[in-house]
Parts: sequence; structure tokens; C-alpha cells
Amino acid sequence: MAKYMRRLESVSDLEQVKQDFLEETSNYSYTVIVCGGTGCISSHCGEVMTALKKQYVTRGLREEARIIESGCLGLCALGPTVLVQPGNIFYVNMTPEKIVQIVDKHLVGGVVQTQYTYFDEASGEHIPCMDDIPFFKDQIKIALRNCGSIDYDSIEEYIAHDGYQGFVKAVTELGREGTFEELKKSGLRGRGGAGFPTGVKWESGFRQPGEQKYIVCNADEGDPGAYMDRSILEGDPHSVIEALMIGGYTIGANKGYVYVRAEYPIAVERLQNAIEVARGFGLLGKNILGTGFDFDLEIRIGAGAFVCGEETALLNSIEGKRGEPRQKPPFPFQSGLFGCPTIINNVETLANVPVILTKGAEWYASYGVGRSKGTKVFALAGDIKHSGIIEVPMGIHMRDIIYTIGGGIKNNKEFKAVQSGGPSGGCLTKDHLDVSVDYESLSAIGAIMGSGGLIVMDENTCMVDTARYFMDFVQDESCGHCVSCRIGTKRMLEILQKIVSGHGEPDDLENLKILADVIKDTAMCGLGQTAPNPILTTLRYFRDEYEAHVVDKKCPAHVCKDMLTYEIDPDVCKRCSLCSRNCPANAISGGKTEPYHIDQDKCVRCGTCISHCKFGAIHIR
Amino acid sequence: MVELTINGIKVQAPEDATIMQAADSVGIRIPRLCKYKDIHNIGACRICVVEVEGARNLQASCVVKVRDGMVVHTNTERVRMARRIIYDLIISDHPKDCMGCFRNQNCELQKLGYDLGVDEYRIQGERREKHVDISPSITRDTSKCILCRRCVTACRDIQKVGAIGTQNRGFQSVVSPSMGLPLDTTDCSMCGQCTVVCPTGALSETFHVNRVWKALADPSRRVVVQTAPAVRAALGEPFGYPCGTPVTGKMAAALKAMGFDDVFDTDWGADLTIMEEGTELLHRLTAAVSGKEAVLPMITSCSPGWIKHIEHAWPDDLGHLSTCKSPHTMQGAMIKSYYAEKLGMDPKDLFVVSVMPCTAKKYEIQRPVMGNNGIPDVDAVLTTRELARMIRTAGIDFCNMPEAEFDAPMGLSTGAADIFGVTGGVMEAALRTVHVLVTGRPIPFDNLHVTPIVGFEQIKEAEIKFENVLPEFAAFEGVTVKVAVTSGLAGSDILLKDVHEGKSPYHFIEVMGCPGGCIAGGGQPRTEVENFRELRAKALYSEDEGKTMRMSHENPAIQQLYKEYLGEPCGERSHHLLHTTYTPRGFFNERLNDPE
Repeated sequence: MAKYMRRLESVSDLEQVKQDFLEETSNYSYTVIVCGGTGCISSHCGEVMTALKKQYVTRGLREEARIIESGCLGLCALGPTVLVQPGNIFYVNMTPEKIVQIVDKHLVGGVVQTQYTYFDEASGEHIPCMDDIPFFKDQIKIALRNCGSIDYDSIEEYIAHDGYQGFVKAVTELGREGTFEELKKSGLRGRGGAGFPTGVKWESGFRQPGEQKYIVCNADEGDPGAYMDRSILEGDPHSVIEALMIGGYTIGANKGYVYVRAEYPIAVERLQNAIEVARGFGLLGKNILGTGFDFDLEIRIGAGAFVCGEETALLNSIEGKRGEPRQKPPFPFQSGLFGCPTIINNVETLANVPVILTKGAEWYASYGVGRSKGTKVFALAGDIKHSGIIEVPMGIHMRDIIYTIGGGIKNNKEFKAVQSGGPSGGCLTKDHLDVSVDYESLSAIGAIMGSGGLIVMDENTCMVDTARYFMDFVQDESCGHCVSCRIGTKRMLEILQKIVSGHGEPDDLENLKILADVIKDTAMCGLGQTAPNPILTTLRYFRDEYEAHVVDKKCPAHVCKDMLTYEIDPDVCKRCSLCSRNCPANAISGGKTEPYHIDQDKCVRCGTCISHCKFGAIHIR
Repeated sequence: MVELTINGIKVQAPEDATIMQAADSVGIRIPRLCKYKDIHNIGACRICVVEVEGARNLQASCVVKVRDGMVVHTNTERVRMARRIIYDLIISDHPKDCMGCFRNQNCELQKLGYDLGVDEYRIQGERREKHVDISPSITRDTSKCILCRRCVTACRDIQKVGAIGTQNRGFQSVVSPSMGLPLDTTDCSMCGQCTVVCPTGALSETFHVNRVWKALADPSRRVVVQTAPAVRAALGEPFGYPCGTPVTGKMAAALKAMGFDDVFDTDWGADLTIMEEGTELLHRLTAAVSGKEAVLPMITSCSPGWIKHIEHAWPDDLGHLSTCKSPHTMQGAMIKSYYAEKLGMDPKDLFVVSVMPCTAKKYEIQRPVMGNNGIPDVDAVLTTRELARMIRTAGIDFCNMPEAEFDAPMGLSTGAADIFGVTGGVMEAALRTVHVLVTGRPIPFDNLHVTPIVGFEQIKEAEIKFENVLPEFAAFEGVTVKVAVTSGLAGSDILLKDVHEGKSPYHFIEVMGCPGGCIAGGGQPRTEVENFRELRAKALYSEDEGKTMRMSHENPAIQQLYKEYLGEPCGERSHHLLHTTYTPRGFFNERLNDPE
């Protein structure tokens, strides 16, 4: 929280805040940044922070070092993480004991504690400086520029990093038309998945006649494994507030809403604090910075429906109605919230806006390829070594994301597939590893950029079961409005359940394809239209796996339990009885004289016998 | 106007038209299911999808608007395939027990399957759990529901009641009162508009057919039937008569053929209602003009859906309601007292059946106040739809049988009673009589029709000035009476808001619960005719104009009733038999527990 509130009356007041902050912090020798992202919170960064603060007081470092809690640093797999500046020394897997040593030896003693820094498996060496670590090296942080580098709770620090200057530039220099032009030139497109050009959208909002208009931030991030928007809200809430102010100013809205899902309590709390502080500073409210522009923001918390990430369902939800999509057209820019022209942008899109205005469209457009400019934030998850949040320039190859930044597949297994775009996206194979990651290239191969979830799967993943998982999710989250989605996804799920349970019939694959095509063609909203994508892409790229399930009644990845047979090779079995004694189902019998044998009717396919057998005598067929 | 091409045909259409409307205008009928007339277009069923050149996906033609230069194909392989699959999906979650369903051969889902050429079920899977909720008026069977949500639109958007909505998500979605509560624990008015729009057997009136057949078969009971004005205007439709054909004589003949012992007309009860309600109004007005306390405006109480609604929505304003029972319960009360005495029968041995355009009347007859000495005024209520089915069951050739007349004494009525079935009719009937009582002259409107309150606008109003009054009404000289008329519960809320706040400028308000009045009641036959209200209303006005007596007080049978039995309107016996009380409920029935 800001140390004190002061109402800024003018642009020069804003400049003064920046100068004050820079002056105040210029005396510190060190800045210690403790990652306060949700990932690190769940790995107990709070204890690390407490130990750090205690030791720092004990060692009398108040004048020497500045300690802050930041948003997500990105490498969630190695949390809690701590960054020490200068030098960008990146400490991982922190504990209270380790942090005490870092205070004593690094901050006081001036010696970097290399043994606690990032360990690079490839070279077999520690890499202390963040900038040299492969995970960070190829990243370009624009939307995440402040996440992990500033105190999310300090409006002064945000301002010191040119915060709220984008708004000033829009109002005092560019004007509405200039801002639209700048955004159009930058090539910024919607990061929520659809990829609509932001400048064009805002301009349409402005051109639409209407007394009352609204700007809405869509922070209802719901894809499994995705948390890009959460990271931004937790790490840099002011960038979203500033972007909404710019949007409000340009389209002519003096009221904005941020729609956040209830499952993001930390993001909600930090954003709420940031809004209150911004209000206290006069950056929200009447006559902002003396420009005559009035604007305020309100948070609306969702009730946990995935479909409310669809923009018109989101509007219904804000209005207090059932979260169901509306027929488009009319599009929200024509008739949105409470029937008024409304512009809706995703969190990441908005986070890009202020810096595009301050640094210029050319700078932003220098990143990316073709019609996909700038960067994209991804959440790396699944069977990947370095799961976490990354931001990469558009056009990077999937291979670089997975192998260079992500560090490859966990436990040195084989890569099998990556799901891009969540339940609406598609599964890509190793043949696609050299595809350029941009809107057009991904949709050309049946996947989508989506909001940025990347789920990496290794050789032990069953693609039929994966399709079943996504269909289960979509079916659960269908709003129930249209037949295609409400019943269609249910029937597709039933067919998949039938296949993974070993009861698949040859017709099922054809029926699945017919259903998927019709549902894609007829569903009312984006959720339903994209719901069949995981099935369509896995059918396309992993058809042999489906056929193995249906024809041979085998799951090649040994995932679908109903199709597995555990067998003991009598020639290898030493009759030690370990398997039999540990079997929870009493399914294994045998003795010194007779070979051990698994009763298939009793076997629950839990795999306990395999993990206990010391001789490799048990096989899955 | 824009120009588009549908199946190669150039079509001119207004800018705000949908593709479906444009196609309809040139005789291309795109199959459809969830859409209902112009009131419900939500694109839920996806049956009406069409191919639009340039669009990635198929478009729901009921909601997508036309654009200049649009090229549409409504009958391609892709479209037919999609419709078949969607239809298969819909019926994969439906019981498909058409033979045992009351909507057999009258079901839009069934008809659509025929139109689409369905010859086998290709998709199977889990079905939603069957849940049957039987309220006094309406029965819901969720297993037959296809979630078209017409009922939700009727309840929430047209009536503005909102007793039902979509609950749960995905495959578990269900139309239901919130929290899955039974309908009769909610603020449902029992108006039955939901049952009229339902395309399948998911929503119906709660049938009284069996109890009526049983009574007819019981030799120890005298079964008396009465028919509401609006029934005659619509009963012909299920038998193929054009909408708006009055079938009074056929109906009376059919009822006699079915074995009813007395075939009476609720028009008689309507004339009686005017005597009581008109007198009550004059009492209240007299009090008001002479400076005494009087609760005004007075509001009509003929419509039991409206009564239940006001008890929920405006529980503090029940004093404005006329204390008169509705016409059929008044008539039931007279059948079981006056007529029973005439017959020398124990009222217990009489079984009164009301044929009504209404579902709420099924609820009304079981209110404890609708009876005398523990004997209900009316024993069963059949809707127009139920009667039509019973006529078929009885093997009656409705169209070809000779017409008959109602029985005496309760079959005689005036034209004022016929128009009780249409919005504005009760008010007009009351004003016809009140004006004569006060001034001695007929109401000064052409053909006795109070034109400002005729028609289907949501709220209508009129002013009547009393001039040259009779000596006993001297206090009324120069007084202008302001009246308002509304039909549909949404309109009632607009008027009641002012009443509640003490700002209502009116003296007398007529409310009918269903939009358009009883001719469009919740128990009337389902129809695809767009202007069915106008046509059925015309039938009632023609009945009115065809009668020699057109003012209720002229009815000699009613005059005889007062002379022989009741004494005077609003007298002691009337008070006991023909008037009632109301119950404050509140939206959540929370007021039911209030101490009296």
C-alpha cells in the first residue's frame, strides 16, 4: 500500500512522484525481490519473507537494502524464488535457512551464494545471473514488464517506471485519433484468443453513438493450467488500471469494470487495493490530473462459470443475469453492458497498451512476425521441466519454448504433444515443433493461440484420454443454452468414455467426427464452436492411437486402466512374494513351488506390484 | 430495405428482419423449433441453421439479421446433415414415448421429425432424470423438456413474473423454479401461459379429465357443467374451424351428448358478477363522493391468476380488490344453493364442472374460501384443450352434429357477459349497467362499446362523466369516473405501482391475468395464427352484438334470482355466497405466516 495518499492535480505532480521515488531509492545498495506470485505463495514464500525481514533487521540493513514483494517472476517450478539486485542474482527453492545465509553472506558479505542459484542441468553448473538463464534469456517482457521487478503494491514504484505516462500521452499528446492510430500501427491484437486488432476495436467503440459507454476488462481466465492474466493482476495491477483509463478516455467511457473470477482471491485483493490507491491519488475519479476526464472502476467477481470468459456471457453476468452468451451481432461495441456500447479487452491486451503508447508503435511492432506483432504470454504446464509464466516474441518456434525456455520434458521422457489454447485449442505433435507461434500459423494446423495456456504432454500420455479430459471439462462448463453444445458435447464425451473403457466400436470414430464437425458448425458461441477442437486434432494427428483403442482394445500409453493387463513373467519371477504381499486387492497368488500369477478379475490395475518388483518380472500389456 | 439472395431468389427485406423472416416472405419455410412467433427468438435449438456465404459457421436464421447482398442457402447437404444431427441430439435426451403422451400428434418436436424425414434414432446416450412436479394448475415433466425456454420468456419477459428459469449448467440444465422448488411454493400465478407455448409435453395443465369422466359415470351425482365466454371462441380450432369461429351451439350440443345433466353458461354468472361488482363499485363511489372513507380504485377480481399474482406481488393492496368471487365460482355457489334448493337436492350430490380458458381456475377452486359449509363451489375445471380431447374421446362428431342451446335457468345471458372473455370486456359490461343505474340512460357510446378500452394495448383508459343523474344518485352529478384496463401481469404491475404509492388517478381498474384476456388464456388451444387474439375477440363481440339483451341487469334469470333468493345485490346472502377474501402471500410466500 502507498505510504500516504496524495491527490495528484496535474501531470507535473505525477512527475514529482517519480522523482521522489527515484531519489528515495537511490541510496540503497541492494534491492531484494521476493516473488509473491500465487505459485511461490503456495510454496511458502511467506516464511522466506519473514525470515528475510528478521535477519535484515538483525543485521542492520535498513539503510542498505530494500526488500519488496513482487508479482510472479515466472519460474514457478523452482519457487520460492528471490532476485537480488544489482546483478540480477536469481536464487531458487528458497527456505528460511537459505535466505538467512544470503543476507549474511551476499547482502552483508558481498559474496553471491552460487550454490543456491539456478542449476543448469545441461552444463552441470549453477547460473547465478537471471539474464544468463535459458528460461529467461529468450524472453521479451512487455506485458510482464513490471511483474517480478517492482512492488505490486507501490503506486509510486509503478509511476517511477513511467507508469500512468501512457495515459498522459494519450490525453495530452496523441488524442483519441492518435491513440487509435498508434495502437493500429503497433499491430496489437486481442490476447484473449480471438486476436481482433485492439486499435480497430477501440475506434469502433468511439464511433458508436451513445451517451453512456463502458470499458470492461475480461479477467475471467478459465483454461485449465493457464494463469497469465492472474500473474499480471497480481504483479502489475496498475498497468491494467492505466490501460482501462486510456481506453475509457478514447472511447468515451467514464466507467469501467474488471470481471475477475472468484478463484483468484489474491488478484482481486491486489487489484482492489490498487484501485483504492489510484483513487486516493486522484488517478481514478473526477478530473484526473486536471485533464477534465472522469473515470472510475469497479470489480465484479464471477461465480465460477468458464463460459463467462466469453464476452457476452460476461456482460450478462455483470448485469446479474445467468452467464450465457448472447447472439452476436449486435456485438458488444454496438450494444453491450446494459445495452450500451462496450469495449471488452483481456488483461494481457490491456497490460500492453500503456507501454505501447510510451515507447511507440514502431518499437512494439519490431517484435513478432507477419500480422502477429509483439509478444505473447504463455503459461507452461504439464510434463515440462520449467513450468511457469513466460513472455516470448510472436513467431518463436514451439521447439524453443518447450526445449530452451521450458528446459524440455520432465524426467527426460519423450515429447508427445502440446495442447495450445486450452479446451478450445488443439493438440500438436512433434511434427509441429518448428511451427511459428503466431495467430495464423497455429490456426492453420487446427490449434489456436488462445489465451496462452500450453500444456505439454510426454510419451506416457494417452491422447484419447486427453481428448476425454477436455470434453469432460467443456461438458461441465457448457452453459446449456444451445443443443449443439449442451447435448452434443455430452454425446461426444460418452463416446470417448466408451472408447477409453475398452468398449469402443469401429463406427465410434466416424460418429465422433460427424458430431464434432456439426457441433463446430452449429454451436451458438465460441465455447461450443471450439469444443470439438481437441477431438478433431487428436483424431487427425493420433488416429492410430484411437484405432488401437477401438480395434485392438489397447491403450498404447498404458493410461486407460480398463484396457491394461498386468502379467508376471514366470521365467523372470524369483518368487519373492513382494508383489503378492503388497497387492491391495489380493489379486496375486503363488508360492515357492508355483509361479506367481495375477487374477485379472481381482486386479484393480493400480501398478503397486510393478513398483515393488525388484526383478522387472511384471509387465503391462 | 435490403436485398439478399435466398436459394437463388432475390428477396427484399426490412433492415431489421431476420433471415427466417425474409425466407418466410417468399415462401421458403426453414424448419424451426425453439422460435415462437415474434416473441421468442433465442437461437437455442439450432434447427433453423442455414448457410450464409462468407460465414465460417452455419447461422441460426431465427436470430441472424439480413444484410444487403447476403447470399443464403437453406437447403444444402451441409445444412440438412446438421439439422438431422441436431434433431438426433435433441431426441437422444427425450423419452420418445409419443404413444403415451398427451401431445401425440399435436407436438412440435414430433412434427419436426416428420418434416426432417427422420426414420430412425441414431444417437443414444444418458438422459436427464425424470422429474414431475404437479401443482394444482400446472404439471411439469422435465424429461420431455427440450430447453427451448419459450416458457421462460412467457413467464419472465411477457408476464414479468419469473417463477421459472434455467437452472444448472450443461447437460444438467433444467427449466425450473429456483432451487428446484415445486411450482406451487413459488410466486407462480398459475396463469398457464407457459403451457400454451410449450412445444412438447413438458408443460401442461394439471388434468381434471379423469375426475370428470368418473363423475359422469356415477349415477348418484347430478353433473352440472358451465362454460366460460372465451371457450366458445376457441373450441372450434382443435376441430379444424378457422380461428375466431364461435361454436356456442356445437359446444352445448357436445356437452349434452357427453352426458352432462345440466349445461349452463358462465355468461349467466358473468351477468350476476356485474350486478354484484357494479353495486360494490357504486357503494365505494358513493362513499367517496360523500366524503366517507373508501378504498379506490377498485380492481376487478374475475381472473384467479391475477388474484394469486397480487397476493404475491402487492400483498398490502388487497383492499383494492373487489370482494366478488369470479363468475364461475359465483355460478357454482348458486348451483349448489339456489339451484339445489329448486331441485330439492343435497348440494353434496351435485358435481359442478367449469370449462374454462384458464389454468389458474384449477387452483382457484381449491382455495378454502371458494365453498360453503365445506362444499366447494366448483368440483372440477376443464380447460378448453381438455374439453376438446374429451369430445374426441366420447366419439362425438363435433363438426357435423346439430347445434343445441344452454339449459335454463342458468343458460340465459346478455351480451355484456360474452365480452367478459376479452380485455376491456368486464369494464365495458360494468359501465353499461352502472351508467343505466345512475342516469337511467344507456352509456353514450356507439353500439355500447366503450371504444377507448377496446383493443390490445397494454394499458387503456377511459373517462365517463355522469350527467343528468337519477335523483337517488344526485351526489354523482357531474362526477367523472376514470377507469383503466390492462391485461397481462406485466401491465398489472405498472398500474399497481401507482396504486401502492397512492398515486393512481383511477376509480376502477380491470385486470385480466393473460395478455389479451381470457381468449388468450393459459387453457386455450395452441395456435400458430399470429393474430389469434383479434380473431377470437371478434367472435365474442359478434356474440354480444347478436343478442337482444346487452346489459347484465336486463337478464330476467338474474332478476328472478334476486327476487326469489338473494334479495338485493351485495345483500346478506350475496355477502355469504358470492363474495370472498384474499390472502397476503409475498414473493416468497413469507407473508402467509403473518398473524392476521
